[in-house]
Amino acid sequence: MTRRALIPVAVLAAILAGIQLAVSAAGRDYYLTQLIMSAYYAIVVMGLCLVMGYAGQISLGHAAFFAIGGYTSAALTTRNIPAAHDAAWSGVLRSAGLLWARPDLYGETLVTVSPWAAFVLAIALAVLVALLIGWPALRLKGHYLAMGTLGFGLIVYRIVLGTEFLGAADGITGVPPWEIGLGIVISERKAFRVVNYYFAWGLVLLVLLLLLNLVHSRVGRALRSIHGGEQAANAMGVNTAGYKLKAFVLSAALAAAAGCFLTHYNRGIGPSEAGALKSVRYVALVAAGGMANLWGVLFISTLLNFLSLRGFFGTFDHAAFGIILIAIISLTPEGPLAPVGRWLRRGRGPQPGTVRDDDTQG
Amino acid sequence: MSQILQYVFSGLTTGSIYAVVAIGFNLIYSTTGIINFAQGEFVMLGGMTAVSLSLFMPLPISIMIAVLVVAVCGGVLEIVFFRRLRSHSVLHMIIITIGLSIVIREAALHIWDEKVRSLPYFTGNECSSVKLLGAAISPQVFWVLGAVAVVVAALHCFLRYTLWGKAMRACSSNPIAAALAGINTSNMRTLSFAVSAGIGALAGCMISPISMSRYDMGTGLAIKGFAAAILGGLGNPMAAVFGGLAVGLAEAFSVIRLPAAYKDATAFAILLLALFVRPHGLFGSRAADEAREIAE
Repeated sequence: MTRRALIPVAVLAAILAGIQLAVSAAGRDYYLTQLIMSAYYAIVVMGLCLVMGYAGQISLGHAAFFAIGGYTSAALTTRNIPAAHDAAWSGVLRSAGLLWARPDLYGETLVTVSPWAAFVLAIALAVLVALLIGWPALRLKGHYLAMGTLGFGLIVYRIVLGTEFLGAADGITGVPPWEIGLGIVISERKAFRVVNYYFAWGLVLLVLLLLLNLVHSRVGRALRSIHGGEQAANAMGVNTAGYKLKAFVLSAALAAAAGCFLTHYNRGIGPSEAGALKSVRYVALVAAGGMANLWGVLFISTLLNFLSLRGFFGTFDHAAFGIILIAIISLTPEGPLAPVGRWLRRGRGPQPGTVRDDDTQG
Repeated sequence: MSQILQYVFSGLTTGSIYAVVAIGFNLIYSTTGIINFAQGEFVMLGGMTAVSLSLFMPLPISIMIAVLVVAVCGGVLEIVFFRRLRSHSVLHMIIITIGLSIVIREAALHIWDEKVRSLPYFTGNECSSVKLLGAAISPQVFWVLGAVAVVVAALHCFLRYTLWGKAMRACSSNPIAAALAGINTSNMRTLSFAVSAGIGALAGCMISPISMSRYDMGTGLAIKGFAAAILGGLGNPMAAVFGGLAVGLAEAFSVIRLPAAYKDATAFAILLLALFVRPHGLFGSRAADEAREIAE
């Protein structure tokens, strides 16, 4: 990645800081809450953008990975482990920061897994599931892959909905705040709102940089060659199966991480987060953002999620989402930001979609 | 024995509805390459329209009008949204059908409401049943199975023996050659949307007395119908019938061993296993799919 490519990211960071200052100055801090939630959803959508836009593989099951992350950390940090109360090994684990004792609502001691350990376990579980499901599923093509991932998502949804340990239809509530360190606490309390805003958007910028770097590297070129023509890529010696699986696992891990953070922020998670409609929404946001266009996807996802989280459309929320989706895709199939991108790059030669000079530098 | 028969009939009833939705997916897919995720909404619209019409007119006429209205809606949707977007990629069009399904569902919520409605039983009422080898079966089940059988047979004859049916098959096997032979492929696409919508609406009317109609019933049906179409192998309407019945039966029998909450999970687990063993569906072939990809 060249230094010039960092400029837009820096501009975005400045805009985000400006939004925070303006919103706080106007005394409308509550807007930040929805912006924080949109940030975490944007991480899911950007990860999916890597799989869909660049590798050309559809996944209609990404809400399941978000839910795996969220539910694992929620269950581990709220469910008491009775065996760990007095046992000698629990003291060792507690001093290592893996277990955590705190008083519950009734003053009893509650021993649970600590948020950090739960986070690591949640990501590990998501990666494991992504490997297990991705290895056979990514052999499927086109609509068959869509069905395979959709089916996987529905299985996770049904398991979440039907399992008492995961709260069944009520979901899990009372997830504790997560003290990350350096004064950062993931919590919905007012005092931490600004800190959370910068933390969430800092993560988004980090993921954006990571993915921008990735798609302009050797891996990114390999992924796009799969999109262009898998057999040709194979014939050129690209390990298409391996690259597809890696992209899938990375995006699953991103979705799970977003799920963990948002669950701690919201203090809970419900089964609707795992539903097929959520997965479809993520796919639709990637398509509306212009598929292989991380900036467009980030912009559209943040805008639409923010508006619907604020309840801007009232009872017409779903209908408005559908209409906006149809309008964006029929009018600007390359994504609404594509004309802006062309204007910014005017007179600089290569058009988007072609291999650019900085591609070769890895 | 009688209990197993009971499960078989319940599986066949829901399965035959999935089969009709799957046929609808296939018809549109084979002429346009689009997976129309609004297919389940056609079923919902058929049921809801017939319920509203049946307040004013006799049942058979209200069903006929409902089927016609929804078929026209299907055709109009194609003309308005897909005819002018020929340059868009297939994935874009599929996302548009997802958008349409959301809009139709929300429109239905605002036209009707979130209440559950149903048509009256065509013969008898909810308590009447027919004894068959010890199993008690509602007469409506026979209506559903009979209607689906008639639809499948009629569609088969339409595609095989009529000029329009042959033209539609020509479009699906090679659109360019079909256009060169003087077939108006755009009209065939519109026709495929109208026919899919019509048979979906008919299925919606048939199932309404048993499983009720509600504005959000379409999503579940679309997913199961898609599963059935994929299980059979895309592009083959008759394999879709088999796929639909298989999904329905798998769902009905999973209740014996597992809690009902996991009903869908078992059906989809079976589907995933089937896909991993046969990546192009049970009756699909790799050659057919690759020919299609190249033609696009």
